[in-house]
This record gives sequence, C-alpha cells and structure tokens, in this order.
Amino acid sequence: MSNLIAWIIRAIPFGTIIMFGSMGEIVTEKSGNLNLGVPGIMYLGGFAGFASSYYYEKLSPDPKGWICVIIALSAAILASMFGGLIFSFLTITLRANQNVTGLALTTFGQGVANFFGVFILNGSSYSAAPLANAAFAKKMPFLSSKFGVISKTVFSYGFLVYVAIILAVVLHYVLNKTRVGLNLRAVGENPGTADAAGINVTKYKYLATCLGAGISGIGGLYYVLDYNQGIWATTGQIEALGWLAVALVIFTTWKPLNAIWGAYLFGMLYWLYQFLPSLLGIKVASYVTDLIQMVPYVVTIIVLVVISFRKKKENQPPESLGLSYFREER
Amino acid sequence: MSKESAKIKEPFVRIVKRDGATFRNKLAARAVAILLALVVDAVFIFSVTGLNPLAVYGVMFNGTFMTSVRFSWAMRDLVTLLCIGIALAPAFKMRFWNIGAEGQVLMGGLATALVMVKFGQSMSAPMLFLTMFLTSVIAGGIWGFVPAFFKAYWNTNETLFTLMMNYVATSIVACMTNIMRGKASSLGKLNMSNQAGWFPQFLGQRYNINILIVVILTFVMYFYLKYSKQGYEISVVGESENTARYAGINVKRVTIRTMILSGAICGLVGFLIVAGRDQTISTTSAGGNGFTAIIVAWLAKFNTFYMALISFLLIFLSRGASEIASAYSLNDFAASIIEGIILFFILGSEFFINYKMVFRGSKHKEVR
Repeated sequence: MSNLIAWIIRAIPFGTIIMFGSMGEIVTEKSGNLNLGVPGIMYLGGFAGFASSYYYEKLSPDPKGWICVIIALSAAILASMFGGLIFSFLTITLRANQNVTGLALTTFGQGVANFFGVFILNGSSYSAAPLANAAFAKKMPFLSSKFGVISKTVFSYGFLVYVAIILAVVLHYVLNKTRVGLNLRAVGENPGTADAAGINVTKYKYLATCLGAGISGIGGLYYVLDYNQGIWATTGQIEALGWLAVALVIFTTWKPLNAIWGAYLFGMLYWLYQFLPSLLGIKVASYVTDLIQMVPYVVTIIVLVVISFRKKKENQPPESLGLSYFREER
Repeated sequence: MSKESAKIKEPFVRIVKRDGATFRNKLAARAVAILLALVVDAVFIFSVTGLNPLAVYGVMFNGTFMTSVRFSWAMRDLVTLLCIGIALAPAFKMRFWNIGAEGQVLMGGLATALVMVKFGQSMSAPMLFLTMFLTSVIAGGIWGFVPAFFKAYWNTNETLFTLMMNYVATSIVACMTNIMRGKASSLGKLNMSNQAGWFPQFLGQRYNINILIVVILTFVMYFYLKYSKQGYEISVVGESENTARYAGINVKRVTIRTMILSGAICGLVGFLIVAGRDQTISTTSAGGNGFTAIIVAWLAKFNTFYMALISFLLIFLSRGASEIASAYSLNDFAASIIEGIILFFILGSEFFINYKMVFRGSKHKEVR
C-alpha cells in the first residue's frame, strides 16, 4: 500500500508537466498547426521562469514568494509565446513546412535555454532558486495534513497541479461549448470552409498557436521550479518530456479532459519500472527496467492505431493538421 | 461598374503564387536568407559576449578547415547526416513524414552490433560483413515497414507513429546494451581483441569506407528518384493520391515499398556508424542526426546533391560552434542557437521562392 501511495505521489507531479505541455499542444493542433517545437518551447518556458526568479531572488533585498511566482509565470509564458510566435510567423504567414519548422524550434529552444543556462551555472553543475521553489511547491495549508491518505495523494502538491486540472476543464468548455471554440475547430478541420464562413483563419491560427505555446511553456516552468526542486542543470530531460507531451496529445484523442487522467496514467507508466517490481514483490534485472520504459510510447502507438481502425469521427486528428492554409490555392 | 469596384479597398499587399522561380531567384533568396541569418547571429554573438563577430566567424572557419584531420572528421559527420537525408528523401517526396529515422538508424546499428558480437569469432570477414549488412538493412526496413503498413491500410497518422517508434527503439537499444555490457559500466568497443566486423582502414581511416559508400548512394538515389519508374510513382503519389490511383498506381504498395526502402537505408546508416565510425552501439549512436536530416532532406527538396551542400553547412556550423566554444570558453549550445536561427531564415526564404508579393498601386494586369 505504501508503495502504491509513493507511486501515485511520483506520478501526479510527473503527469502535470506533460499535461501542461499537451494541453498547449491540443489548443495548437485544434487550429490545424502541428507544432513539433513543444520540447523547445518547454525549454524556453522552463528557463525563462527559472532565470527570472533566480535573478529576482539574487538582486532584490527582500524577495517575496508571491512576487517570485508572478515574475516566473509571466516570464515563462512570454518566452514560450515568443517561441510560438516564431513558429506562427514561419508557418502561417510564410507558409513554411510545419514539421521542419517545429524541429528547428526544438533545436533553437534547447540551444537558447542551455546556452544562457551555462552563464547562470557559472561553472557549477547546478544552480537553484530556493525561494521560487518553496513558493511553487507550497502545499495547501489545511487539506494537505488532515485527511490521511487522501491528503497525501490528492492535496500534497504545489498549486500548479490544481491549476492544470482547472485549465483542462476550462479548455474543454471553451473548445466545445463556445463560439470561439467552434470557430477554432472549424479552422483546424477545414480552413477553407471556415474562411468562407467569415472566420479570420490567420487570426485564429496565430492566437491558438501562441496561447498553446504559452500553456506548454508552463509545463517547463513546473518541471524546473517544482518537480525538479528549483534546480537548473544542463540536461536533455525536458526534451524527452516534450515528446511525451506530444504523445499524450494523441492518447487523449485531442480532448483536454482526457489529458487529466491520461497524464497521470503516463506518470504511472513512466515510473512503472521503479514501483511495479517492489509492488509485486519480485526483483527484475536492470535491463528489464530499460525495456519497461518504452511502455508509454507503445501505449500511444496502440491508441493511434486503434483510433485509425475505428474511424470514429470524434476521435480523429483535426482534418487539416499539419497543412498550411493559402486562400488562393483552393 | 468601375465606380463599384473602386469602392472596394485594395489590400496593401497581396500574395500571389509564382509559376516557378528561376534558378537565379532561388539562389538569391537563399543567399539573402543565409546572409541575414549571419547578421542576426552576429548581433546575437556581439550582444551576449561582446566579441567581434567577424573574428568569431573566423574562428568558426577553423573548426572545419584548420587541419586536414579536422576536415576529415567533418566529412565523417557529414556523410552520416547526408546518408540519413538520402534515406528520408523518397519517403518525403511521397509526402510520408518519416520522423522515425533516429529509431531506424538505432535498430540497424543494434542489429549490426549483435551480429558482430555473436559471429565475430566464427565467421570469415566477407561473410560477417554481408550478414551485418543484411541484418541492419532488414532491421531498419522493419522499423520503416510497421508505420507504413498502418498508414497504407488504415491511414494511421505516420508523423506521430514514426516519432513514437524512435523511443521504442531507444528503449530496446538501452536494454540490449545493458545485457551486452553485463557488469561493466559501459559497453566499450566491440570485438576489441580481433577487430572482427570493423571496417578495414582505407586511405588511412576506417570511416573513409563510409564516405565512399555514401557518395555512391548520393548518385544512386538521385537517379532513382529522377529517372526510375519507381521514383516517378513516388512523386505522383506525393503530388496527389487520387491522380496516382487514377493512373493505375497501387498506392498501398508504393507507400509500403518506399518506406521499407527508407527504413532500410536508415538501417544501413546504423551499420556504417557501428562498423565504420564508433565500433560500438549506444542509445545516442544516432545523436539527433535523424531529426537534423529531416530538415536537410526538406530544404534540399529531395535533391541529394543539394542535401550534401546543406549537410555541409550544418556540419560546418556545429564544428565551428564547438571551436568557438573552446576558444572563447563559451559552450557548445551556441551551435544550436546559430543553427536554429539560420534554419528559421532558410525556411522563411522558401516563401519568397514560392510566392511573390504585390503591393497596392503597383502595375499589374487586372482581369475584368
């Protein structure tokens, strides 16, 4: 039992990182833009959030936690929206290929984050922003201690975990119940028809891609300032998380509500190799744990195959996903 | 009539598709893009480090050209990248987004490594190389076949499928290297004692064989895509599946055949990496080349000779950036930034090749 609890406690924060990443990507993909720059955007968001709060903590004579949160969040969102803007400009205005532009953005984002990261590291192998970490990882005052197991598994995380859940519900509402969401989906399904109906395709694509990038970027921020305990180090970890977020988008069949449980399931699957053997009371060789790590990806492939088998309309990718729209080309 | 039309305000700028840019136009657009990118990079370098950008670019040049050894290293890296680009070209020309080169290379490399270890002592050298070649090509081919099969029959999204296959491959390689190394901390070079399965030295270096093979492949793929019947089928399927079907081309068969070819060449790259370059296998053997090659193949518009040029540019940049890094005690990631900016500009320049802008008030014939 305690193993299971420990497993859940590891899985939920992990899931939250990729949940932000994939919710952003869902918004982007709903507009028909397949942004493979998610890892790069998460790098940008994570680094901007870290760097801004690091310098604030260092330079301010009396740093406050809540200011840290505001500064880090706005820096992260702005930086990742900037990444989204580069992508939008190249693919929407200049009609460059989306896959290639996304991959270039991933290279770029990773480069920017790690390049400037080295200046902050200044020779040491890692560098920390303890105050920001404390602010982001702060547990809920009353709920996190009074209810035993429920407190431990449900209420023992930083506030961004709950923000992610609320955001998923909000996105679900906006996408499915409002005019804006309907228009956005129309743009992703068939921009030509949307254009004919008087929807400003370019505006929707730009806004969805930039906002989506902003949301994805929070995933990077959450990784650095909460999950990784406010520590910045030069790693390739965020890249792997970014691709996992892209995988999660498929797993959720482009529905934000599915992202909630999907992300936690991915978290469970990701940590499977550490907890399953002890849970079953068996010992497995280290090479088996290497093999278990492919499980989230295999599950994603299976989902991808199954939705293409069943051809249910509501589970398909947006019809014009990955295609640039050019009005005169119909 | 004319009064009414005058009321509609003409937009400040309109975008019109070009009928096909001349070679000079293309060259000019790309040259301007690279120049602009270098200017932006120079501003970036200067504002971050305060160094003279021209001096920095000079140092960059040394990364590839200072000594003949460095040049041959650059060539070695270039052919790895180029060969993956060659592998991707037929798939991309068919509009099949094979993002899974990384995994296909790894599987090919793993197959090679396993054969090296298993049969290194017992087989004669020619047999060993033949077996290594065949298994690597088959392994890569299978990795390409799986997503293609699902794409052909159920239209499963291939971009996402091949992307996921990369991580499955990484995980399998991690598992197998873990078994092979046993208690040792790292795998080290395979067959160290008798060097079985290592490419022989050729003109002083093992990897010169890689270079030779890739040069041959560059020509073969160029002619395959441009002059063979299969190459023609690929381009028809890429342009329009309906046209292809109407013309009696079996789209499913072409899709699967092309992806097996694409995966097989990626597998071959794995073979070249293991036998000719590293003599070992790890999860980072492909080293991100599978992703970079996508950019190479796309920018070159599937022309293998342009691919060689673009690969050279990218290798030159990354070698140059590590040179800068050591000369000015910066870090290697500068390469990613510079590369990213240049790619953005080249990608953006495509627009000016494919489209032209017509400004308000400029003279043009109006169809009334």
